[in-house]
Amino acid sequence: MSEHAMIEVTDLTKRYTGRTAVAGISFSVAPGEIVGLLGPNGAGKSTTMRILSSFMPATSGTVRVAGYDVFHESEEVRRRIGFMPENNPLYPEMRVREYLKFRARLKGLGWRRSRQRVTTVMEQCGLTDVGRRIIGQLSKGYKQRVGLADALVHEPDLIILDEPTIGLDPNQIRSVRQLIKSLAEKHTVLISTHILPEAEMMCSRMLIMYEGKILAADTPENLQKLMLGSSQIVAELDAPADELRSAWAQMPGIEQFDVSAGEGEFQRCILTPRDGCDLRPAIFMLARERGWVLRELTRSRHSLEDIYVQVTRPNEEEEN
Amino acid sequence: MRMFLTLLRRELGAIFLSITGYVIIASVTLLNSLSFVVLMTNLGNDPSPMPVTEMFYRTYFFWLIVLLAAPVITMRLFALEKASGTFETLMTAPVSDLNVVAAKFASAVIFYVVTWLPMIACLLVVRHYTNQAGALDTGTVGGMYLGIFLVGCLFLSLGCFASAISRSQMAAAMISFVLGMALFSVGFLAEALPATAQWQSQVLSYFGLFEQMHDFARGVVDTRAVVFYLSATFFFLFLTLRVVESRRWK
Repeated sequence: MSEHAMIEVTDLTKRYTGRTAVAGISFSVAPGEIVGLLGPNGAGKSTTMRILSSFMPATSGTVRVAGYDVFHESEEVRRRIGFMPENNPLYPEMRVREYLKFRARLKGLGWRRSRQRVTTVMEQCGLTDVGRRIIGQLSKGYKQRVGLADALVHEPDLIILDEPTIGLDPNQIRSVRQLIKSLAEKHTVLISTHILPEAEMMCSRMLIMYEGKILAADTPENLQKLMLGSSQIVAELDAPADELRSAWAQMPGIEQFDVSAGEGEFQRCILTPRDGCDLRPAIFMLARERGWVLRELTRSRHSLEDIYVQVTRPNEEEEN
Repeated sequence: MRMFLTLLRRELGAIFLSITGYVIIASVTLLNSLSFVVLMTNLGNDPSPMPVTEMFYRTYFFWLIVLLAAPVITMRLFALEKASGTFETLMTAPVSDLNVVAAKFASAVIFYVVTWLPMIACLLVVRHYTNQAGALDTGTVGGMYLGIFLVGCLFLSLGCFASAISRSQMAAAMISFVLGMALFSVGFLAEALPATAQWQSQVLSYFGLFEQMHDFARGVVDTRAVVFYLSATFFFLFLTLRVVESRRWK
């Protein structure tokens, strides 16, 4: 596995004076994956990315990118990654094309090759029309694309993007997302974000980070499935409360139930199924058999939003 | 080497395409012209056997320029990149720390040399009106420029170091000004204290910036002085390099 993994992180810890930013995380990313690093601000995402891009060392643990150690073989690693740091810093006094050419040369591309690549990435990122503009005068969306173009210009194996869509308007976000998705064919991509739908949309796998630890790591679908087991069913029926209670108690597949008075004559029942089985047909049959009026029958689907909230704020959830 | 040139080009672009660069050049030229006016007035009042270049240096405007210009030229080198975050994009590109430090220092030196070029015009004016070839021969002018260059290198390397250790340009400028002032004061001390055979006095004599510059302005190139300036410059560049590397040990 270690030979094929694009990123391999083992027991990575980073301590700043008096604060642990990353506390012993391990994960690996296979080539061609788009992985989302998800978590609230201050979860340790940027720190992890800075270590991955070999900008600063880890306190302990090993990190290998494309088989190279980020500390001992830093230059080899840096040759193979395209990193866009948080807030996308650029030189404001340079022109777009000039900047990208500078970056291409800096990343070791020859004169002719850098010219070709700059033209290609400018087309890819929709920058062709602004090539002669000064970066400082561009809109935020364009600046973001310049940052992306910079990350792509030397055709790196791994692209690391720290909050690539932050501060953009919805249209710009959409175009940046499409761009990132289109990268998946050729590159491995690691994105950090604190916006969940974004990760859900772009990533083939998500790592949820909180307070320096990885709390969950799976595909968006699997994370959703994980939560489905504890989904609940809400039914509102016009029936006497005690009759309902005895009916639920007898019904197989119900782990827990709660009956409370709803609006008007109706009783609101919240049922927790056992092993994630679907209770809805059984409830409908019961209502028809007894002649009860059924007003509502829903399964509360836990979205990733809930997973996110639940995983990243365990203490507050318990208090509530 | 290719990396170095790429970086150097961008550093030169940053300073020559900014308004700050021209403000610095204008200020240095203004101070030089003032120095020239003072010099001409003095020369008009009482004749002197000294070469003009030596008198130029005698006005003390020279030290004012070095002390003020070096911090302003070097303050942005590292501090601005750190403040704006571009330091991260720069250092995650496959460039060596040595190349970055060397390119930044070289750009500062080149800019510094350019700020001194307008002074040649003043010297040409002197030559034109005095009609004396001896007042301004290549040796003395070359010696003086070598002195300006070496003193500049030392003060610029101080500035590089100050910029590398700070996050804000203001702090960088102040630190390098203080370091420069300290060096200047030691030079003052070296001149003020009587020379003795004791080792303290011997060591201090290496810091005799005035005496050394005096020699350069007369066209006398003293190897001890050259060695002193070069080694002190390399020492501060070495410290700068260590500071840039230090983020990897933290």
